[in-house]
Amino acid sequence: MNRNWPLWEVFVRAKNGLSHRHVGSVHAADARMAIEAARDVYTRRMEGVSLWVVPSNAITASDPKEHADLFEPAEDKVYRHPTFYAIPDNVKNI
Amino acid sequence: MLPDATLADYALRLGDDSLVLGQRLSEWCGHAPMLEIDLALSNIALDLIGQASHFLKFAGRAEGRGRDADSFAFRRDALDFRNCLLVEQPNGDFAQTMARQFLFSNWQELLFAQLQHSANDTLADIARKAVKEVAYHAHFANEWMVRLGDGTEESRARTIAGLEWMWRFTGELFERDPALKPLVDAGVAVDVPSLRPDWEDRISRTLAEARLELPKPRRWVMGGRVGHHSEHLGHLLSEMQFLQRAYPGAMW
Amino acid sequence: MYTTELKERNQAVQGLSLEREDPERLAAFEARVAADDFIEPKDWMPEAYRKTLIRQISQHAHSESVGMLPEGNWITRAPNLRRKAILLAKVQDEGGHGLYLYAAAETLGITREEMIEALHSGRAKYSTIFNYPTLTWADIGAIGWLVDGAAIMNQVPLQRTSYGPYARAMVRICKEESFHQRQGYEIMMTLANGTDAQKRMAQDALDRWWWPSLMMFGPPDENSPNTAQSVRWRIKRETNDELRQKFVDVTVPQADALGLVVPDPKLKWNEERGHYDFGDIDWDEFYAVVRGEGPVAKERMTARVKAWEDGKWVRDAAAAHAEKRGMRIAAE
Ligand SMILES: [Fe+2]
Ligand SMILES: [Fe+2]
Repeated sequence: MNRNWPLWEVFVRAKNGLSHRHVGSVHAADARMAIEAARDVYTRRMEGVSLWVVPSNAITASDPKEHADLFEPAEDKVYRHPTFYAIPDNVKNI
Repeated sequence: MLPDATLADYALRLGDDSLVLGQRLSEWCGHAPMLEIDLALSNIALDLIGQASHFLKFAGRAEGRGRDADSFAFRRDALDFRNCLLVEQPNGDFAQTMARQFLFSNWQELLFAQLQHSANDTLADIARKAVKEVAYHAHFANEWMVRLGDGTEESRARTIAGLEWMWRFTGELFERDPALKPLVDAGVAVDVPSLRPDWEDRISRTLAEARLELPKPRRWVMGGRVGHHSEHLGHLLSEMQFLQRAYPGAMW
Repeated sequence: MYTTELKERNQAVQGLSLEREDPERLAAFEARVAADDFIEPKDWMPEAYRKTLIRQISQHAHSESVGMLPEGNWITRAPNLRRKAILLAKVQDEGGHGLYLYAAAETLGITREEMIEALHSGRAKYSTIFNYPTLTWADIGAIGWLVDGAAIMNQVPLQRTSYGPYARAMVRICKEESFHQRQGYEIMMTLANGTDAQKRMAQDALDRWWWPSLMMFGPPDENSPNTAQSVRWRIKRETNDELRQKFVDVTVPQADALGLVVPDPKLKWNEERGHYDFGDIDWDEFYAVVRGEGPVAKERMTARVKAWEDGKWVRDAAAAHAEKRGMRIAAE
């Protein structure tokens, strides 16, 4: 028998109030082992208060070839940004 | 504080358990089955060495003869070590190492859970911090027992052999020592026989999940608490204490 | 250093001609890298870039993992509890570095098992430095001071390397490295101010580790054929000789502060250059160690292979258990 342990992506919440952030990966045979490995590998210096592990093969990534289709349409929607609107200096609290 | 030989002796038992097991686990560093396991075993060893430093330092204060943690760790011979026989057993293969961890950490967690309410503030403080560490060690070992017991034929056979090796040393963990009676009565030390029901419950539950049998009752091998150790401890000490012995008085 | 440039390998990669790549994509790629943009796993990249990275990152990962052995040799004999905890934490960090780097290489389409197999069969290399023995406790000081010192010098620029996962692993590694060199220097200070026996130990360690540390930066630039391309691709950010000179310049005053003598009669401050001049490196020794003829190369590989083979039943058991559990859950 020769079955390699799958790869898991590790996400750490540095402190409450922040989102989980991708920090790296570990190999583990099961989810609990992945959590423990993530704890032992990525939080040795008090880097986190919560962990997520996700099997790497469960992640679907966008294709860089579609970068233009996916992300460029947002470029001309400047009206979504507050700085698009000119408000006179004497108007406050807006 | 006033010198208290019994209290010092008790602190040595607690410290030596952690020290000797930490030393054993550190032997794995760089040789584990997977890098992830290497990091995990080192973390456990680091926790244990930290605990040992605290307990041995306190033993020095209780003894009142100016000895520090290092002089206890590096300049005592086997007869003066107070650890249980279980922790000094050789690592063997990974199954044997996990069997030792499983039997010991489940006991140590229950012990520290009580010790954190000790009438002695220092012991209580050390235990309060350590109990969280040890809960993780027990958790880690329990899961590995299940994986190995209910893994392959080979892992099952190795785990049974590992448990078989370690089992005879577990009786010592629950042995009431008359010498500690004053400390137990004063609410300073934990009355270890009281830990047995919870421990057996934990052990049996994990073994059932691992589809393993509880090893047969047998005559216990004991003596660690009075300095009568297995042959393994002398070798462990000769390695650990080499520099301090070869260069007496040097600072490192 | 951890990524020693090896001639034979470079030639193999050079064989992967860039001419076969689509010129338009190649130009776009080169422009992105030149603009210090990061390349991410799913982005298009020339095959030679991918191969060079796999070779460099896996070599680096192997160095971290084999590098646990020389220092690991002293964990059980550390002279006091403080040193024991520090050394164990340090060696554990190196294991973590190996792990981060293996994971970074895996994003390029190779598995950790394949890389380990390449190491064990001798196809993949690791830093020559770890093929020297640790004889005394002072070697632990010398390794932290010199070897980690050289490693940091090499690794800091790699935090800005062009391949995203590699750069991110290096950021993490550099953060963790910061205590490694200091703990080594602290050991050396203690020994250099200790008993005569300890001073002798410290000087002897410097004598043995100095030249191998200088070799860690790899062959001289004129013998490092791929440097130009690697620098252009931001896989390498400074040349071997530049880094080596920098290392000598910062380390010599540190040796002076210890009252130890750097074992190089030609070592001399050159006012004009603003650098230390230093003696010739024994490149025959370097290439011999690269070929696997280092003093303890056999011990190192035997230990790695043994750990991996002894661990097989453990890895298999956990995989088998996960499978059983999965089937039981499915059946419920
Ligand atoms: Fe490192
Ligand atoms: Fe390091």
